[in-house]
Amino acid sequence: MQADTPLRATYPKWKHRFSLSAWAGIVLLLLHLLMALCAPWLAPYSPTAIDPDGAYQSPSFTHVFGTDRYGRDIFSRVMYGGQVALVISVISAVLSVLIGGALGIGVAFVGGFIDETIMRVIDAMISIPSILLLLVIVTGLGTGTAVIIFAMVLSYMPGVVRVIRATALEYVPRDFVLAARMRGERARHIVWVELWPNVLEVVLVEFAMRASWIVLAVSGLSFLGFGVNPPTPDWGLMVNENRAVLVLSPWGTIFPMIAVATLVVSLNVVSDEIARMFGVDRGVRR
Amino acid sequence: MNKSLLTVDNLTIGFPNTHQTLTHVVRNVSMQVQAGARIGIVGESGCGKSTLAQALLGAIRGSGVRVDGTVTYAGESIFALPADRLQRLRGAEIALVPQNAGQSLAPHHTVFQQIAEVLDIHLRVRGDEAWRRTVALLTEMRVHNPEHVARRYPHQLSGGQQQRVALAMALAGQPKVLVLDEPTTGLDVTTQAALLALLNDLTHDARMAMVLVSHDLGIIAHTCQHIVVMYAGEIVETGHTEQVFRQPHHPYTQGLIAAMPQITTARLPHAMPGQVWSGASSQQCAFRERCAWAQPMCATAPVLEFVETTHAVRCHRWQDVLTARAECDQAEESHQAHLTPKQDDAIPVLELRQVSASYQQPAWRWWVRTPAKLVVTQVDIAVHRGQTCAVVGESGSGKSTLARVVTGLHQPLHGGVYLAQDLLSTEVSRRHQAERRRIQLVFQNPDLSLNPQHTVSEILYRPQAVFFGRTRAEAHPHTVAMLQHMRLDESYLARLPRQLSGGEKQRVAIARAFLADPEVVVCDEVVSALDVSVQAALLRLLVEIQQLRGTAYLFISHDLAVVRAIAHTVVVLFAGQVCEQGPTESVFARPSHPYTMMLLSAVLTVPQRDFQSPLVHHLDAGAVSAGGCPLRQRCPIALPQKCADVEPPWQQSAEGHVFRCHHSPQVLAEYRNQLFLPATERSMP
Repeated sequence: MQADTPLRATYPKWKHRFSLSAWAGIVLLLLHLLMALCAPWLAPYSPTAIDPDGAYQSPSFTHVFGTDRYGRDIFSRVMYGGQVALVISVISAVLSVLIGGALGIGVAFVGGFIDETIMRVIDAMISIPSILLLLVIVTGLGTGTAVIIFAMVLSYMPGVVRVIRATALEYVPRDFVLAARMRGERARHIVWVELWPNVLEVVLVEFAMRASWIVLAVSGLSFLGFGVNPPTPDWGLMVNENRAVLVLSPWGTIFPMIAVATLVVSLNVVSDEIARMFGVDRGVRR
Repeated sequence: MNKSLLTVDNLTIGFPNTHQTLTHVVRNVSMQVQAGARIGIVGESGCGKSTLAQALLGAIRGSGVRVDGTVTYAGESIFALPADRLQRLRGAEIALVPQNAGQSLAPHHTVFQQIAEVLDIHLRVRGDEAWRRTVALLTEMRVHNPEHVARRYPHQLSGGQQQRVALAMALAGQPKVLVLDEPTTGLDVTTQAALLALLNDLTHDARMAMVLVSHDLGIIAHTCQHIVVMYAGEIVETGHTEQVFRQPHHPYTQGLIAAMPQITTARLPHAMPGQVWSGASSQQCAFRERCAWAQPMCATAPVLEFVETTHAVRCHRWQDVLTARAECDQAEESHQAHLTPKQDDAIPVLELRQVSASYQQPAWRWWVRTPAKLVVTQVDIAVHRGQTCAVVGESGSGKSTLARVVTGLHQPLHGGVYLAQDLLSTEVSRRHQAERRRIQLVFQNPDLSLNPQHTVSEILYRPQAVFFGRTRAEAHPHTVAMLQHMRLDESYLARLPRQLSGGEKQRVAIARAFLADPEVVVCDEVVSALDVSVQAALLRLLVEIQQLRGTAYLFISHDLAVVRAIAHTVVVLFAGQVCEQGPTESVFARPSHPYTMMLLSAVLTVPQRDFQSPLVHHLDAGAVSAGGCPLRQRCPIALPQKCADVEPPWQQSAEGHVFRCHHSPQVLAEYRNQLFLPATERSMP
């Protein structure tokens, strides 16, 4: 073969050109991360410092986002609230994608009766409305970060299993898997060395997507009073606490809502961009 | 000559590429299609054949595509027509049978619905009349049981039937020009022969012009009067089929013809180096890089020069090429050297004894489990060291199942696989590591057999690590040596499979198999997906390694000409049963079984020196019969009672091969003579 024969056009992933909206999403996400990580240094007040005299203040130079019914600084609480939201959603998303991904590739590779049985169980889990499942777990096991993460993983992992299994099924019957079997490779090698790199792109997309759903779900749970316990600053909780005085002092509701919305939107935009980067066809989102 | 129906004038089509420029897929093509003409367009993949075919229907779309020149139908430029006129033109005047009919039919419409739509749009025929016409069309396409087929969905039909339905659909609007894009790719030889015979008849009767696009010179030679050879978007040679085949003037045409394996002689086809470079510019001869005749003057673009009134060639040096060819013909070497075995070992290195296999749902799916149906029945095969045993048969004959049984990927029902007299476990995971190493498999499609996320270096390292425990550093020299053997250099190590061409991928797959230092290599259709020139190179490579290492090949193929070129012995399978087996030479020269005769007569070869009229033999895929002889429904000389009830006995032919048939060798010899009558004595239908 000649050396000057041009290779077929390949698009190196690292040469990807981000669109304007993708940049906006990335900047927004980084801003969120920065706020949450640096809250102890950046926050002007302690998130739990009560000031009975300064309750229900409107935004001003002293309190940028105003204060809530205990006179706590909303800006500081939004910053600290981001910590809770990000920690819970990142841990839950990582866990559900890892567990779901391993399970999905595993059943796709093993196939047969085990695959069939596990997938029917997964189907059953998917058929339960996720908010219902979350509420049942939280009421049964009590509130707390660990329980919420467990609940999130249990309700979002089944979807991941389905997606990853479907992707892996495209590769399992391919001849390179047969070739590996003919070399006498162990199942572990086939799953992690032969199959995992092929589904990795889908796994990344799934991760970003699940993370944004989990942010919403965590805020929703806190709003309903099933999330983290009250003194802890949390966006859903803040919205709930300010419910009664929505008309008089909307600041305690508006700012946490903006925080939730921007985080979810930025995660969505970034996950879309990852998908586009890898050419993963995700179809219509549910 | 008639007035031209469809005229292509100086057509150039450029598609935008990643470098913000245009890749010219079709360049300065001019051709004319007269009423009733049969024109074949031939070339390797990437030569712009399909794009040209689509341009004939004005179906070039996409942003940034630049089309220069014109396609004129009945005095009107197709590209200038408004959309509604164009729609009426397509189907009613010019119709296309797209490549891969199975995928081009709408999956959720029945055959009748699809054909009726064409009838409705172009002829305003609806209701009962549409049904009547659909059935008539399908009957004309020689579809068995047309009323039944018309109610089916595409996925319920076989490949040959789908192709006929697509053809019926194209003909429903009674077009004057029929464009066929690779109409027989993926079909069995017998189905292909039947379909081409049908095409021949249709163009004879209807005075319809036909433009046939194919990579297969054999098909073109047997169906078309006029041939257009395309290379890198340009016409390099055009003329009457007979002229072009008798005296190919262009080095590329010669190369294509030489790269076709021949059914009549056991010679290895000649490979052409390199591959089509679609980004070639019009400034120089596009074929220059691959041409043995290239000289400095080829840096200027040659023009299409007429050597006779109907024969044109685009080459600066066609006169030199032509004289040299005449000399070369006399010095034709004997290529059979590779087929004479060096020493005949008494013990076969690989043996299959009485192997039967079936596919069945696993036991836990009891609700869909049906009794096992045999796909392979009592097959005995022995392969000796340094020899090639070919297994031939149509799709569904159980060839690939045999490969899977040998490699331990499928458990046979009965029988066993022996490696140098040792019985192997039926399950690959229970075989010894050494046994796994000694039998290697090369798959049909390298796109599926190479992990898309692993580099060539990774792919080639793994078998060495598993079988020889080498570290990466230890493996490196072995890997490089093997790559060089495969005519690939070290720069390929860092590449991913998607950065390789089809032929290069298959080389890597073969390298992977040979890095295990195997004694037996099972080749499952390894060259079927490749262009002829690449195929020829790979066949030579396989033979070379075999001679070097004494590897035995179990070579599974549907292509009889390829088998003829490289196999020492051949096994003909039909419906999982061996019809005939023995030395390739004697089986091909004097086939004894009717099925072998059918297969051989359906092969379309490129006529080399004596140009014969096409052999038109009507064969059709019928059902496989259970009990008795499986072939009896397709066999023209089947005995009504005996063949249905009694399993045919094994017989030995005078030439030393064995076959299974009720007929005596005399009767079969008579039938053979009838079938392979010299062309001069055969009257054309």
